[in-house]
Amino acid sequence: MSEVPSPLAHHFDDLTQQKEATTLGMWTFLVTEILFFGGLFAGYAQYRTLYPQAFAAASHHLDIVLGTINTAVLIASSLTMVMGVRAAQLGRRKQIVIFLLLTIVLGLVFLGIKAVEYTHKYHEGLIPGPGFALQGEERMQVRFFAFYFLMTGMHALHMVVGVVIVGMIAFFAWRGRYSPEYYGPVDVTGLYWHFVDIVWIFLFPLLYLLGRH
Amino acid sequence: MSEHVIPVRTYYAVFAALLAFTGITVAVAFLDLGPLSTVVALSIAVLKATLVLLYFMHLRYSSKLTWIFVGTGIFWFLILIAFLFADVASRGWIPPAEGWNVPR
Amino acid sequence: MSTQVAGRPERPELVAEPRPNYLANGYGIKSWLLTVDHKRIAILYLVSITVMFFLGGVFALLIRLELLTPAGDLMAADMYNRMFTMHGVVMIFFFLIPSVPAVLGNFLVPMMIGARDLAFPRINLLSWYVYIVGAGFTIAVVIFGGVDTGWTFYAPLSTIYSNSNVALMGIGVFITGFSSILTGLNFIVTIHKMRAPGMTWFRLPLFIWAHYATSLIMVLGTPVLAIAVVLLAADRIFQIGVFDARQGGDPLLFQHLFWFYSHPAVYIMILPSMGVISELVTCFSRKRIFGYTFVAFSSLAIAVYGFLVWGHHMFTSGQSIYAGLLFSVLSFLVAIPSAIKVFNWSATMYKGSISYETPMLYAFGFIGLFTIGGLTGLFLAATSVDVHVHDTYFVVAHFHYIMVGGAIMGFLGGMHFWWPKIVGRMYPEGWGKFAVLMIFAGFNLTFFPQFVLGYMGMPRRYHAYPDEFQVLNVMSTAGASILGVGYLIPMVYFLWSLRFGAVAGPNPWGATGLEWTTPSPPPTENFDVTPIVTEEAYSYSKEEPEVVGGTQSTRASLR
Repeated sequence: MSEVPSPLAHHFDDLTQQKEATTLGMWTFLVTEILFFGGLFAGYAQYRTLYPQAFAAASHHLDIVLGTINTAVLIASSLTMVMGVRAAQLGRRKQIVIFLLLTIVLGLVFLGIKAVEYTHKYHEGLIPGPGFALQGEERMQVRFFAFYFLMTGMHALHMVVGVVIVGMIAFFAWRGRYSPEYYGPVDVTGLYWHFVDIVWIFLFPLLYLLGRH
Repeated sequence: MSEHVIPVRTYYAVFAALLAFTGITVAVAFLDLGPLSTVVALSIAVLKATLVLLYFMHLRYSSKLTWIFVGTGIFWFLILIAFLFADVASRGWIPPAEGWNVPR
Repeated sequence: MSTQVAGRPERPELVAEPRPNYLANGYGIKSWLLTVDHKRIAILYLVSITVMFFLGGVFALLIRLELLTPAGDLMAADMYNRMFTMHGVVMIFFFLIPSVPAVLGNFLVPMMIGARDLAFPRINLLSWYVYIVGAGFTIAVVIFGGVDTGWTFYAPLSTIYSNSNVALMGIGVFITGFSSILTGLNFIVTIHKMRAPGMTWFRLPLFIWAHYATSLIMVLGTPVLAIAVVLLAADRIFQIGVFDARQGGDPLLFQHLFWFYSHPAVYIMILPSMGVISELVTCFSRKRIFGYTFVAFSSLAIAVYGFLVWGHHMFTSGQSIYAGLLFSVLSFLVAIPSAIKVFNWSATMYKGSISYETPMLYAFGFIGLFTIGGLTGLFLAATSVDVHVHDTYFVVAHFHYIMVGGAIMGFLGGMHFWWPKIVGRMYPEGWGKFAVLMIFAGFNLTFFPQFVLGYMGMPRRYHAYPDEFQVLNVMSTAGASILGVGYLIPMVYFLWSLRFGAVAGPNPWGATGLEWTTPSPPPTENFDVTPIVTEEAYSYSKEEPEVVGGTQSTRASLR
């Protein structure tokens, strides 16, 4: 096992203070993310209120099967993530790595399905911009797709960052860096991952489930 | 480090509940509930998010300070929505003056 | 001025192992660019914001030159649009917002609470690099011809009709916002988790309360600006109808998202300076602050309330009049916590032992000018008045009174007050007084005529104006020249003092506060031993406290 540096940073008094600060720091960052996605939700809410028929019609173009599968995939990845954090709390090195790798796999599955969906939209000419296929009355749907791509795109970006970070944490875990006394980085990575899951929990019904009856 | 370790059973239960609620929200989408469908969909989403917050993010076992931070974030988002809609919803309350073309 | 070494009382524990101060602890560019020491990062920020202040000042100079004459003769209208836009963008995002928090806040927050550093030193350094990247984008935009939409980037001008570098500028603003978010996040966690033993919330210096409140705003507001800019860029590049009325979009949505941040942003710009004033007024009146709890909570109240009033920027934009009513009432109420501060500072000075060193002169200037600026804000909060003076020079004068007469004077007052702590040298007091008086005179000559101009109807953001407005404009430009020179003087003597200023001891002002218990400049870890706090803040006594080190001239001047 390689020599691990002391986990206590020079400016903290003890590991408890460090863990509390790290955790509070991540929660503060997540608050900024609530407002960040919140801005997009606010814009979405305004236009859905103004143009309910256009939004309902546009939502039909989304693949509800893929969307539901993705939701399940992401929820499963949250389960594997929290199991990884639990393994870190209990000092089970191998388990941490396995669960984090599972989380990454599920995250990549999610991103893969999103890529498939985006490709479909491209071929259907539903990407807002000069090539937008719907014209006339149907052109009012462009705003739905603008928000669809911006919101899911922003979400996907956060997923990519999340996958990279989980990968790094998995690597450090494999090298034995974490223990029941020091597992803060695993914990806060989990918090981030779950938050991204929560964003999707709201995106899914608002984007995929309009006007289905 | 004395932090509460949540039993695996709880995590599996939450996972099952989340999947169940996902199924419910998809099923309900196919029913014609009129304006109520938005309320139901959002309520289920809030419920799912709450489960993730409380158990997966162990908010249930976190300090009061953390609760305040989460609550503040949500409340601030609601301020944005509320005041934005205070404008958007009430724009039509005063009819435009004679002669103006108003888009639908 | 000779370099007198002030007497340093014998402190055995220091004599045994004198540690290098933070400036001497490591030389070379890598030790600065890869530092995680909050004090060095503060210096990095100081240099950066000074450069940006110059850039913004050049634009201001060109604006005032153009406005010397009624005709648009110095530059075409389009070029003028770019001048005031870049002036606003640079001054707001790259000078005012970071100034006190990123320089004085970064330096002092850990020291004032008795900590060795901020909670996340590497994120602190990251925030500076993010600022530099954002500044780089802005300078690139300037080189490519600037932006002409006003710093407010309203759609549809910014999304459809402008042929300037809107998207590039948007990216720059988006990036810079994260510098703010990271700083705010760092301060919040630091203040919650790293206070020294005995440093309870209500023993904190009010500077800390002010920075905590500021950090709340940074964290809660800036992300919404980021989204506003993302939507703006997307709409501009892809023409997707987010804000385009022709396609069913709502231009007002942009304004809502923009002002949701940008109104609280003005409180980001003023709250830290208010924190500085609390420190200055107590020290130079040798008195406890009057109503500590009220001042502390008023900072929080401003931060919270500031989020409820943004629609007062949109009274004439097509916003619903009922929403306007709501925002107008709330805007009247938001003045109350600011007024509480002004009353409490005044009450602190009452029966205090006041001395008129340069920092205190800045504090006096702040209180007077901020009050004028704040009161004129009430005029603007009244919808009926705003309809007439919106987009006129009345608004321009209002916010410059607060931002320049208030925020910048607070920043300069703080820089003078803590300069001996930061660099270990005193600035020349005579020149300090001269500069502040020049700044005060120049400032009022520049901006008071603008109240009159606005009231008389001169619109803002116009490069030409009717002849009858010329006299006041000439006065304004004359004032601006004086103001500009006034700002240059401290720049010169601060640099001069690095080599020739009187060496300062730990506490040349005899002030209370943990930062004054360290050597000047402090060692990298700030404290030998974590201090234990037993006293309330501002525990000034009636007798003259022992001035630990420091030149006698600073205390003896002009009593």
